[in-house]
Parts: sequence; structure tokens; C-alpha cells
Amino acid sequence: MAKIIAGIGCSHVPAVGAASDHGKTEDGYWTPLFAALPAARKWIKDLAPDVLILVYNDHASAFSLELIPTFAIGVAQWFENADEGYGRRQIPNVEGHPELAWHITESCILDGFDLTIANKMDVDHGCSVPLTVFFGEPAAWPVKVIPICVNVIQYPPPTARRCYDLGKAIRKAVEEYDGELKVAIAGTGGMSHQLQGERSGVINTEFDVNYLDNLRDNNDVNRDRSHLEYIREAGSEGIELVMWQIMRGAMNEKVVEKFRKYHVASSNTAFGVICFENAPEEKSAAEIKAMKEPVLVEYANALGITAHVNDLKKDTLEKVLSKLGYS
Amino acid sequence: MTKEEKAELRKAFADIPGTYVFTPEHSRKGYALNIFCMSLNKAENRAEFGKDESAYLDKFDLTAEQKEAVLKRQWLKMLELGGNIYYTFKIAIFDRKSMQHVGGKMSGITEDEFKEMMLSGGRSIIGNRSKKEYEV
Repeated sequence: MAKIIAGIGCSHVPAVGAASDHGKTEDGYWTPLFAALPAARKWIKDLAPDVLILVYNDHASAFSLELIPTFAIGVAQWFENADEGYGRRQIPNVEGHPELAWHITESCILDGFDLTIANKMDVDHGCSVPLTVFFGEPAAWPVKVIPICVNVIQYPPPTARRCYDLGKAIRKAVEEYDGELKVAIAGTGGMSHQLQGERSGVINTEFDVNYLDNLRDNNDVNRDRSHLEYIREAGSEGIELVMWQIMRGAMNEKVVEKFRKYHVASSNTAFGVICFENAPEEKSAAEIKAMKEPVLVEYANALGITAHVNDLKKDTLEKVLSKLGYS
Repeated sequence: MTKEEKAELRKAFADIPGTYVFTPEHSRKGYALNIFCMSLNKAENRAEFGKDESAYLDKFDLTAEQKEAVLKRQWLKMLELGGNIYYTFKIAIFDRKSMQHVGGKMSGITEDEFKEMMLSGGRSIIGNRSKKEYEV
């Protein structure tokens, strides 16, 4: 069976891709963001997912107003980087996973999500910038990617609730897949930003930080927000945050936060990255107390507690029991 | 969602200051303008637009007002006439202008002032949620 092992939320500001492409990651403007990324890159490298389901929106690149699919899934073997007006980014093309993509398509449609099927779809910065954020500048991306493209430009985009439910359907599909695959899922875009109009440049840090906290602990708040709240509070382009709900829906109700970076501003946007793993199954206090030290340490780390076999077992045990509310 | 709730939502969008939610009406109004912008994704079209902007624009079904707004790079006007920022920004890419340049033009400040505003945390949401806040 395939398994979802990681969830990512990540902004996809095009200037971040450009900074990487043009060797500007260590100039003063970009340092605060790029200097934070090695920990996220190590995290994903250690997990080594086989496939990354990457949820993003197209920005007038593969789709125009001529055709506006609400949810489109890329089932191709390869996806080329789009020319968004600058010429194509000189980065590797994206390799797909047609077998899993078609399996997800079949499963989701039969379960009530009528995905649009894309056999040819150039991918733009929405897809490629998160790859840059997590993998830097490799000769080839170290993971196969299933791009899922969501309309958030033409009103109405799908609701946050609908996105969350699609995430659940995707998870079910992944778990019904017969091959052994480790799958990560990323919801991208956001955080607060507005590119258009007299209100352009609006940033709402309080909203963003609450969104990140709630995403981890209390996501019903994010899932049940209306389009109006997203647009008014997070800016007209902040509506992209509905796409993070697809990731969240695919994860366990309880997750452990492994990485977070929030930075204002990247170009016109509040840049957010967050990494989750599914929280382990909850054990009783008695079961935990009976654990041998290496098992206890592993369990503690899965709960997000930094523990090591060289630590005193008593201390680790205390931290675990306290984390789960047993003491 | 009830019919009333849908209508209420639309009304509420109109109350957000300085924001052009890309509604179906907006999309219909700006269709030709946005399709022109989309064409600039192709290098050969960018070259043709560069040679004679006016002649190239005549290949699309823009209104006279839309055409003028493009030629004069009236970024806010383009939005008012149905443009969508992801589309109209293709013209800025063609001009080698940044999003901060366009953001400044749309909000009446210079590119440097816009950059400075972003570096100091962006435009505050306080006072910018509702047009009613402008009236106080």
C-alpha cells in the first residue's frame, strides 16, 4: 500500500524562484528566507518520498480564461516548465507518476470528485517554486510529482471545505494503491498577499500566524472560513490558502509540526513554509511506561519531542507523558 | 448556500476597498483584454507586440478604452475594465517591470515607496478591511 508520510504548506512566490536561478539567495534581501531552508531540505531528504502530490494554481500559463478547470490532475510522464513571459526557467522538467495519478483520478471521480484530467500541462512557478524551496538546484528533481492544479483566479474558486474533502479523497486513493510508495503532499500559495488594486501590498501577519497554528491544532477554523474572510483578511490572492486545505485533509487529524518559517516580505507576499508528519497512534500511559528506551525515543521524536537514547530515560518518559496530558 | 447568501457574499466583496474580485461580470468584461495578455506568453507574440503595439492590439477584440489603457500602461484602469492582475502583469513582464512597480502605480506611490512599505511589514490590514472604515 502507498502511504502519505508528510504534508507541506508552502508559498510559491515567483521572485523566490528567480532569486535561486540568479544566484541571489545570499544577498541581504533573500538571506533571511533562504538561510532558514536547510532544515526543511534535510527533513524532506531524510523522509525521501517517492512521489510528491503538489497542489498549486496556474497563473495564466497552462490554462487561460478559455478553459478554467476547478481541479485538474496531471497524469503525464513529464511536465515542462511554462514560459510565463520571461522565457522558461532553466530548471529540470517535472517527472510525473502516471500510474498513481491515474489511480487517484479513478478513485476520486468514483468517490464524487470530478477531476479534470490533464495529459499535457506546462507547470508554472506555482509548481516549480516549492520544488526549489525544498530541493534547491539539482540536475533532476529527486521526487516524482503529481501536479494538481486548482482554480483560484476566477471567482468562485472551490471552498476551503471542498478542498479539505478532496484531500481526504486523495488520501483514501493513495492508501488503496497497490504499489509500495511513500507519498508527500503539498498545498501551496499564500500566505496573505494582494497583488491588485489600491489595496495591493496588504499583509496580515496575525491572520497568517493563526492560520499556521490552526492548521496544526484546530484546522476546523481554517476549513470553515468563507471566501469573503480569506479575501478580506488575507488579500485577494491570499485566497490561495484554500489549497493548503487539500494537504491538511490528506493528513491525520493530529499532526506534528517539523518545520516552520514565516517571513515578511518576499516581493509582495508573506512567505510561509510549514512541514507536518502524521502524529503517531496514541498509547496509554501504561503502554508508554512499558516501552524499551529506543522505542520510547522513537515515539517521543514522532510526537515532536527532541529526544535521544543518550538522554535519561526518566526525562524522556516525563516529556512524553506530559505531552500526551498524562501528567 | 442559499440564494440570499450568495447575493450577500457578492455585496460584501464590493465592500472590500481597492479590490477587484474577478467575478463572472468582471471576467466577461475583460475577456478580450486578458486573452491579449495571455498571448504574451509566446516569444513570437512578444516580438510582434514590441514592433507595433497598436497594430498587435488590433488583432484582439479590445474596446477603445481597454486599448488605450494598455498603450498608456494604466494598470488600475485595466483592472477596472475587466483585467485580471495575473494577466495584465504579463505586460509588466514584457516591460521588464516588477510587481512592486505595478503595485505602486495602482496605489499611487513610487516603486521605492512600495518596496519600503513591503520591507516594513506590508500595507496594514487595519483600516483596509471595509470601505466603511474609509468614511470615518
